[in-house]
Amino acid sequence: MHYLICLKQVPDTSEVRIDPQTNTLMREGVPSIINPYDAHALEEAIRLKESFGGKVTIICMGPPQAKEALKKAMSFGADRAILLSDRAFAGSDSLATAYILTVAIQKISETDPVDIVFCGKEAIDGDTAQTGPGIAQRLGFPQLTYVIKIREINQGWITVERKTEGGLEVAKAKLPVLLTAEKELNDLSYASLPNMMKAAAYEPEVWDVKVLPSDLSQMGLKGSPTSVSRIFAPEAKSGGEILDGMKEPAIVAGNVVEKMFQQNMIMVDPLAKGGDDK
Amino acid sequence: MTVVVDNGKCIGCGACVVECPLEALDLIDGIAVVDPAKCKDNGSCVEVCPTNALALEKPAQGAGEKEQVPSEGGRKAEFNKDEPLPESIQDYAQDSPRKIVKAEEAKPKDPNGWSGVWVVIEYNHGEIAPVSWELMGEGRKLADELGCELASVVCGNHVDHVITDAFAYGAEKIYVIDDPVLEYYRSEPYAEGITKLVRKYRPEIMLMGATAMGRDVFPAVATKMQTGLTADCTVLGIDPDTKLLLQTRPAFGGNIMATILCKKHRPQMATVRPRVMKMPERIEGRQGQVIREELGIKEEDVLTKVVEFIKADAKSVFLDKAEIIVAVGLGIGSKRNMAIAEELAETMGATIAGTRGAVESGWLSHDHQVGQTGTTVRPKLYIAIGISGAIQHLVGMERSDYIIAINNDPEASIFRVSNYGIVGDLNEVVPAMTAEMKKRLQYGVAN
Repeated sequence: MHYLICLKQVPDTSEVRIDPQTNTLMREGVPSIINPYDAHALEEAIRLKESFGGKVTIICMGPPQAKEALKKAMSFGADRAILLSDRAFAGSDSLATAYILTVAIQKISETDPVDIVFCGKEAIDGDTAQTGPGIAQRLGFPQLTYVIKIREINQGWITVERKTEGGLEVAKAKLPVLLTAEKELNDLSYASLPNMMKAAAYEPEVWDVKVLPSDLSQMGLKGSPTSVSRIFAPEAKSGGEILDGMKEPAIVAGNVVEKMFQQNMIMVDPLAKGGDDK
Repeated sequence: MTVVVDNGKCIGCGACVVECPLEALDLIDGIAVVDPAKCKDNGSCVEVCPTNALALEKPAQGAGEKEQVPSEGGRKAEFNKDEPLPESIQDYAQDSPRKIVKAEEAKPKDPNGWSGVWVVIEYNHGEIAPVSWELMGEGRKLADELGCELASVVCGNHVDHVITDAFAYGAEKIYVIDDPVLEYYRSEPYAEGITKLVRKYRPEIMLMGATAMGRDVFPAVATKMQTGLTADCTVLGIDPDTKLLLQTRPAFGGNIMATILCKKHRPQMATVRPRVMKMPERIEGRQGQVIREELGIKEEDVLTKVVEFIKADAKSVFLDKAEIIVAVGLGIGSKRNMAIAEELAETMGATIAGTRGAVESGWLSHDHQVGQTGTTVRPKLYIAIGISGAIQHLVGMERSDYIIAINNDPEASIFRVSNYGIVGDLNEVVPAMTAEMKKRLQYGVAN
């Protein structure tokens, strides 16, 4: 089996804070990390490799400094890491990014066909969750998104548990397949010392447009149908109201419940309004 | 010294604005503008600029002679002249010399071919996702501003009742694919079916809920159509000049908001976060045109099968998908007092959660834990009972739409993030809330 991970280096958004004085982003010194969902995808691939054998390849699109993320990823036990880096990729939206990653996967597959492509469910800087499905579509692979458990891989089919709003879905798909990982998929393990040493000496391959036989009109800004027209700070959370519930708790509680309805914090289904008492 | 912008090269993509850690760049009239007071020559913007339109200003050569006036309006920066634009963006740069999209440019090649606002109704396992109707309300506004039609797309197996609902929520026209292959949602046949409708009937705008299903099928459709898709929007609007869909969404973990455009490709597609748009009024008996199409896919050709579906109720729902959460902290004192919170949750149809402390005390299992070492949640309403508000807990819930906190300590940190904070004894306040809630839900709620 050949497992391929699409990995992204992202700023640690939990470290991003708003300057309370200027209400602007404070991003200085924010560390870059492996996108957490991608880390779970990688973990799962490594586990599959350890159980069933095979090979783990990681690809990452990003600036030259994203090499660091790849080296880190290698320390968990991957076999090969490729950085896709070219100025022509800059400004790619999810459609163009999926195109570039797909071309890379196809190139890798020429010599070493990929059985399972793993992506994180989304990247924490963009939260779009669009690149994974975009790659599946271009590769013509079935996709299983929001995977929280792999139940089995048997006779060319993979069975997984998926997380949806309505509940848990058990679904299976024919290999080759693309999966997107939720954090519940596994608990991250630590890199072993031999792997860390191997990774320290490892130099990821770097592929640019000269290496990737690709259509320049489908990448970067030109290949991106969407563009950002405005960026602004979200409205600051208005200072909360503090109510004294010591003396007359029932009245204060009643007032707050009233506010819940007034401000639509609770959406009442119009159908249920008639007093459906089932 | 500040970063300088070559106005002739800047295409207003905004990459530098996002990149700058100091917020020193802004897009003004579609061109990057540097705020010299904030710029510290960190240079990361220069790296990301796809058109080489930014450079670190070099100090003037020749002592005594001040050739360069510190960046004021009027000064024309030109540099990197010998460095040609990357081939990949030359056309782009030519197409929009001044970045502001004129109405005629904004229209796709065949402007008359794409018309109408479509809302794809999410129907799976016998349930219609309420966000579908919220989007019918929002779609109505957009369609009115554009002077076009509002249509629904309904895919599934035996969907006649969904059609009735879609008319009741304001559809003028409904595109239907009713086929046994669509019994359960699966990416391939759904994406194929929806794309078939899009190619034939050519909507200008398509909306769907930003749910597991919407975020699974829309990227596939957008890829097939080679068009733009904006995920997880919280505000939609129509630009009065260009008539483009303004798609506003949070980014960077909600730290900034970005407005996204899809200028030249159609349809303009967006998924929209549930519970953000207002639920429209349901009017029974409305009718309209129903257009049916065949799916044309055989079951044996579908490479994905649904084996089983385990439906969740409020108690078992995944925390990060919950709409209302009632959470407890160590302040409730004992496992016995969980009953107070559970009764409120039961009454409201809320999901129970807790802090690490509550979980470690054995009152709740780990999968109910909110915070840094648990789950990050973003419900419509988060009710925090007896939670002091340690930072590790706050990072996991501060993005909730509304936060109501009950605590007897007026200095508790939870009150800093709450919309309404009740300082009081939770043993009195919470049961009173439950009682009031019961009263209101029983008699129905007047808007």
